Amino acid sequence: MAGINKNAAQIRANIVSNKRVGQYHQLIINIGDLAQSCRPGNFVAINVGGENSRMVLRRAFAISRVSANSVSGGTMELIVAPHGQGSKWLCAQVEGAILDIVVPLGTAFGIPTEPVQVLLVGGGYGSAPLFGLAEVLNAKGCRVDMLLGASTASKIYAPMEGKRAVNSLRIYTEDGSMGQTGRVTEPIAGLIQDLNIAVIYSCGPMAMLSAIDEITRGTDVVHQCAVEESMACGIGICMTCVLPVADSEGNISMLRSCIDGPVMDGSFVQWDKVGKAL
Amino acid sequence: MTALDFSTTLGNAWFPAPTFTASGCASSGRELSQFFDIKTMGGVVTKSVMLKARNGRATPRMAETPSGMLNSIGLQGPGIDAFLAKDVPFLVEQKARIIISIAGETVEEYSTLARKLRSVSGISAIEVNISCPNVENRGLVFACDPEASRRVIDGVRRTIGGELPIIAKLSPDVTDLVSIAKGVVEAGADGLALINTVLGMVINLDTLRPHLGGKTGGLSGPAIKPIAVRAVYQVHAEMPQVPILGMGGISSGRDALEMIAAGASGVSIGTASFGNPTAIKSIQNELKDLLVAKGFTSLRQAIGYAHRPESE
Repeated sequence: MAGINKNAAQIRANIVSNKRVGQYHQLIINIGDLAQSCRPGNFVAINVGGENSRMVLRRAFAISRVSANSVSGGTMELIVAPHGQGSKWLCAQVEGAILDIVVPLGTAFGIPTEPVQVLLVGGGYGSAPLFGLAEVLNAKGCRVDMLLGASTASKIYAPMEGKRAVNSLRIYTEDGSMGQTGRVTEPIAGLIQDLNIAVIYSCGPMAMLSAIDEITRGTDVVHQCAVEESMACGIGICMTCVLPVADSEGNISMLRSCIDGPVMDGSFVQWDKVGKAL
Repeated sequence: MTALDFSTTLGNAWFPAPTFTASGCASSGRELSQFFDIKTMGGVVTKSVMLKARNGRATPRMAETPSGMLNSIGLQGPGIDAFLAKDVPFLVEQKARIIISIAGETVEEYSTLARKLRSVSGISAIEVNISCPNVENRGLVFACDPEASRRVIDGVRRTIGGELPIIAKLSPDVTDLVSIAKGVVEAGADGLALINTVLGMVINLDTLRPHLGGKTGGLSGPAIKPIAVRAVYQVHAEMPQVPILGMGGISSGRDALEMIAAGASGVSIGTASFGNPTAIKSIQNELKDLLVAKGFTSLRQAIGYAHRPESE
């Protein structure tokens, strides 16, 4: 059984900025030297609601990008959709507000040692961490192509500056309001052939991750996916965020997505058993 | 500054502080040890371990509720053998004091678990979690059945012998908690852990069906604190000599002192650690300060204080 991220620490961190970007909020949070230990795929657990809140559980957010040398010290960027009570509270916090956070948590995307062709697939605001990942992969000499999908245009997160690290970016919406009409998973099989893809990195809803697994199953393409399960603690003690995952011998067990994930090898996740008792 | 004796005892087991993890809320202590030195708290109550490895229930396993949460884990765990081989040595190495929580599906399974613990060194006490369905009696939870509760504790007592303290963890979902508490004490329990979670349910308004994979779940957190304080008070009133490990929504030093005044010799912290990995440390420090501020020179003086007549 894997252990908690060795760099994880609980700190009080201040919000450097909070801007609305379409349907989402971009929060920049000062985390000092901890920025150096954050890797693409890691997440942060944030205490929400203030001292007398009736919300007793931390909220987990993927770190979309870190900057180790910013003027305000090391910072991390979060892209937050204000749709639940906790995320609404977070999006309402102003510059200078202090947050109680635990960071960095969870596993990170594996970076290839050789420059290879990679495909990044994001669904909705799940795409946020892919832009930080694209920068790291690009710096390694990988050719990075990206697909983003959502139900509708306003749910696509694709910042201008994020596109610099990608060779191509294609957008899919189910209602056709932006890019091509359809699901983001539709072109994947073709792209694997055309671009000789070695690794797919994905981040988004479970149905999307499962669909990508179906495409890559039986091929040599490695599928690294960041899973989404609701968590109560984010640090491995509550046992609520589990997923059925096989080991190399085929034994299936319920692994914690906060400790053994969020980034997992998609071929080991038992997608057909998610949400079922083993 | 006045010196404060912060130590406590549960049966013949001594602890330097009255603060513990709650079973099932700290995994086996490894994760929390990244945030603070776990030997500085009273002890680690491990997640309830069963005889065989168990995958637990389907997701979703949790739902946040006002000032609380529901969980439906289903006692996921590695089974007693792997637990003793991997988790206990870590705790021993950390010099943490250990209370091992056991759970079974039959009276015999509890005894078998106790037999496996008999030769393990470094354990301070055993918590017997009897809030499990009894497969031999239509799945009725042991803790809701006075006779089954008694038989489980009696079996564990006979197996373990007289040395290691046995703490029976009871459910608040009963009409007469005091009589169940009396029954398990007569059967050989040295102490009581009060309370387990309260059975609850959340309906998902998108599907209009129960939200949790296991349909019902255990409610924990500040929402249940008054229930826990009442339970501890009622049982302590009837059996003041029996040590109680009090738990249910404790998230501050004030909460801990309430529980102690109601009659608890120690407190377990569970859900608060989910929201704050260093909650146990803060609660411990706040409790110390509160006891000193109120003029106590030992924790012991505060235990059951709420039962003293007004004139004192």
